[in-house]
Amino acid sequence: MIGPLLLAVSDGSPQNLSIFDPVSPPAESIHHLSILVLAITAGILLVVESVLIYSLLRFRRRGAPGTSEPPQVYGSKPIEIAWTAAPALIVFVLTLVIARTEWEVRIDPNNLPPDLKDSQPLRVRVVGHQWWWEFHYEGYGDEKLDFTTANELHVPVSNGIYAPIKRRPVFLTLLSEDVAHSFWVPRLAGKTDLIPGRTNDMWFEAKRTGLFVGQCAEYCGTQHANMLLRVYVYPPNEFADWLANQKKNARESDDAEVRKGKEVFLSQSCINCHRVRGTPARGTFGPDLTHLMSRDTLAAGMILNDGDGKKLREWIADPQRIKPGCLMPAFGLSESDLDRIVRYLRSLE
Amino acid sequence: MAIAEPTHKASPTWEAVLHEWISSVDHKKIGILYILMAIVFLVVAGIEALLMRWQLFVPRNTFLSPQVFNQMFTMHGTTMVFFVGMPILIGLGNYVVPLQIGTRDMAFPRLNALGFWVSLFGGLLVYFSFLTGSAPDFGWFAYAPLTERTFSRSPAADFWALGLIVSGIGTITAAVNFIATILGMRAPGMTLWKVPFFTWTILWMAVQILLAIPPLTAGLFMVLFDRQLGTHFFDPQTGGSAYLWQHIFWFFGHPEVYILILPGFGMIAEVVPVFSRKVLFGYEFMAAATMAIVFISMGVWAHHMFCVGMNRKMDLYFAAASLLVSIPTGIKIFNWLATMYGGKLWMASPMLFACGFLSMFVIGGLTGIMLAAAPFDFQLSDSYFVVGHFHWVLIGGTIFATFAGLHYWYPKATGRMLSERVARWQFGLLFIGFILTFGPMHIAGMLGMPRRIFTYDADRGWDLWNQLATIGGLIQAPSYLLFVYNIVASLWKGQSAGDNPWDAWTLEWSTTSPPPTYNFEEIPTVHSRRPLWDLRHPDDPDWQYE
Repeated sequence: MIGPLLLAVSDGSPQNLSIFDPVSPPAESIHHLSILVLAITAGILLVVESVLIYSLLRFRRRGAPGTSEPPQVYGSKPIEIAWTAAPALIVFVLTLVIARTEWEVRIDPNNLPPDLKDSQPLRVRVVGHQWWWEFHYEGYGDEKLDFTTANELHVPVSNGIYAPIKRRPVFLTLLSEDVAHSFWVPRLAGKTDLIPGRTNDMWFEAKRTGLFVGQCAEYCGTQHANMLLRVYVYPPNEFADWLANQKKNARESDDAEVRKGKEVFLSQSCINCHRVRGTPARGTFGPDLTHLMSRDTLAAGMILNDGDGKKLREWIADPQRIKPGCLMPAFGLSESDLDRIVRYLRSLE
Repeated sequence: MAIAEPTHKASPTWEAVLHEWISSVDHKKIGILYILMAIVFLVVAGIEALLMRWQLFVPRNTFLSPQVFNQMFTMHGTTMVFFVGMPILIGLGNYVVPLQIGTRDMAFPRLNALGFWVSLFGGLLVYFSFLTGSAPDFGWFAYAPLTERTFSRSPAADFWALGLIVSGIGTITAAVNFIATILGMRAPGMTLWKVPFFTWTILWMAVQILLAIPPLTAGLFMVLFDRQLGTHFFDPQTGGSAYLWQHIFWFFGHPEVYILILPGFGMIAEVVPVFSRKVLFGYEFMAAATMAIVFISMGVWAHHMFCVGMNRKMDLYFAAASLLVSIPTGIKIFNWLATMYGGKLWMASPMLFACGFLSMFVIGGLTGIMLAAAPFDFQLSDSYFVVGHFHWVLIGGTIFATFAGLHYWYPKATGRMLSERVARWQFGLLFIGFILTFGPMHIAGMLGMPRRIFTYDADRGWDLWNQLATIGGLIQAPSYLLFVYNIVASLWKGQSAGDNPWDAWTLEWSTTSPPPTYNFEEIPTVHSRRPLWDLRHPDDPDWQYE
């Protein structure tokens, strides 16, 4: 009933986050369940509102306040039993359907169902931070991976167009460094929370290439609204290229200016929180910057990482002006130091 | 039936009036105080809501800072649940229950006064946090570890926890008092199966308060201990469990929504029969359904936690248990409709609000079924769909029912009729504004908008739905002000009500309006659920059929 209306609305907009437009099996299973539940509830709604409106029209008192009262009906056992049994039956059927969907959506990543046994899974550990996402790539098929990136998750598409025809599901292990967060990209899967002290997991399998957006869905403090998520789905060969680049350490530039920038970067407190693989910068409190310029956005998806580095410079100069309350302070860097650091960071492709 | 109170010729000084209200242990005065407290907090929470709606009117708005926005939704939620919802229902219960069961006061009048003043003090404590420079900003369910010192450094969190502990004591005393009163002080002849339906629901609300509030109080003490004494109940970095808090909170939090709706069911079950001129259809089944809701709803709390990664079997249990609640709830709706069917509907303001309740509450119930379907909840949980859903239940349910009750009993409490014209405007604005505010929220949620975000990007396709919601909020706001105007102006301008303006059947309508301090000159004896019907129809009394 509402589904088609929403599709019509959301299709034209630049970003589509509709739960009724799934591109991944868990989101599809939920979509099927939601259509059934919407149909059942719409039916109940129709019956109740019809009886109410009919009664309001038909039994409205006309004329002066009552001299005669209508017949008093105290109840009826058969009727009561009927309208207890009918909803009970609906509840029973719904519970069965919910059970089936639950088992489709929540699968054990260490004990895959038969149809996913022979697949090439991507495994990523996701760590929630106030207010950004850490993605640690752990493995792709049989290959072991060990690199970290932030805020933009890159995954291979899983469909028959690109041979060899092996399914490529994505398994996420979900952890939190501070407070509770929730991973939600509506078109890929329902949300799963990242709870400090617990290890959760979820999975999806993108059937279409493209960018799918979402954001943190569990209130996590001041900048909860700007803990945005971007998932890029590539054809397998392009994904392999992306992987190859990310696996490398940071690029060493020959440019003297960039080298100067690197010196400034390493001499500042940047390195207490940020890591650039292949350099002494080994902080883990903030996002890994090894391939910063391969990311489209900064500040957890809040601003564009434009080519000329203007936004990057604004961000480093005073993060609090862009994302008030965020945990990166302004360091009061001199204009020349700022320029040098930006020049260095822009070399991290 | 009752003699009029001796009239005082000289009007008392304002100090005397103030003293009389502050020191009163009369259940009627305390009931009115509860209701006035709730209305004041309702206006405050309404302003907080409008500020949030204004911030969300356009994408990337800078009207409120993120810190202030987060404080607003925390205070709005806390205020509405603890200092509007429960006080207004306890206040109505306080006023009406002793009258309905034919007694002179509550079982423990002094405890009753203590309960009110403690509840009010709890509310003020929570608001004192503003004086420390910041209000609580961790949401009304205060998920750990946001409440730990690491993440909430200001004393606002301490004020919040203390305020809720203190007002919780008030709520518990009220519950104890209701149970003692209803079990022990009913008029001769009124067996427990013959109590008026509103009284029945207040009894079960009280039972549920006793089951739900103490666990919350315990949890809040643990929060305070963590913050002040260095314990680590909810701090995962030192071996505590953030997950534990969620279970403790929702073990209270889910029954709480039934605490807020049961008396609403009771008011609808009073108003619908009187204004349909028919006896309540299937009283026994309605009464049993009330108990079933109380018992089932104690075992469904973790449906607020489907996304925290419980295992599949737990998800399935909590989904099935939550769906079970829909069966007794359905029984109630069907019985109200059956009561109206074949009646002579008198569409005065109480009935108008009752019909608003019937048409809207069912929608809130049905979106509840969607949320109970665990996998569907993986998408809907913590989205704006949830915000739409619970406002649909609490406004479409509790608020509409409460307005039905307030319009129904106002003539009894004051001896004056409310203006029907103002009441109709109030209803119309509320009905339209409510649908326009909370309808679009469901759609925004299904389009991926999470709750509790202070802003959003323009490319998300959420602007339209947020704009509609804000406009709806602006339409709703004057409706509440009209109500405040109506209850004040009608004190002077309202028509005289007489003892029983609605030709109703329960005992409160047998005494004067307003009732004397002692309620009844002589304690009545009853034979059925509708004693005044029996008086009017001696040839065909109710007790023949019960």
